[in-house]
Amino acid sequence: MQEVTASALLTNKIGLHARPSVKLTQTAKRFGSRIEVATSAAGPWTDAKSPVKIMRVKAAKGEVLHFKASGEDASAALAALVDIVARKFDEE
Amino acid sequence: MPASKNVGIVIVSHSAKVAEGAADMVRQMVGDNVPLAAAGGNAEGGLGTDVAAIMAAIDKAWSEAGVAILVDLGGAETNSEMAVEMMPEERRERIVICNAPIVEGAVMAATEASGGSPLAVVQATAEELMSA
Repeated sequence: MQEVTASALLTNKIGLHARPSVKLTQTAKRFGSRIEVATSAAGPWTDAKSPVKIMRVKAAKGEVLHFKASGEDASAALAALVDIVARKFDEE
Repeated sequence: MPASKNVGIVIVSHSAKVAEGAADMVRQMVGDNVPLAAAGGNAEGGLGTDVAAIMAAIDKAWSEAGVAILVDLGGAETNSEMAVEMMPEERRERIVICNAPIVEGAVMAATEASGGSPLAVVQATAEELMSA
């Protein structure tokens, strides 16, 4: 299956802390595709649907979140994830 | 998505304030598409836990997908076990007590539940907090 990738700059003040982590995983869970996140294009990659693992990524403002996804709705999933990061998780 | 399709979360603490505070965090961070109830304090309003109050919380948060309970110290767990024992038999199999920290576990379990995950996955996500 084809893998799609995307990235987004974390611009919200607190970065990928508790609430943004919850929102990111909730967004990822709306899609059937396998979705992973990393703070470097080289990985290590983390399951975007795991709230516990995503909270442990602890990405800060100014870091780039890299996404990769594979599955039927992979492109839509990454568009939604890039959008929620760009919207600063609707927190600011 | 109707709330009743998602696993429900019950928070059982010796303190009503802790239970309600943890529930507030779940509502604010996760949203309201997960059935949620808190039981804190004993029947006299002091610190402790109350089997009847825990049973009422399970009823309030009941979902056909089941209910995951988060507890704090000793008595919260044993009284939760007793409350589960006293629930109708057909419900008992769909109620689990998570081995997880109460606040973080409630938020993580509710996050997992909000995505429609089954009870075993919700429990596993809360208990993942206990590993590394």
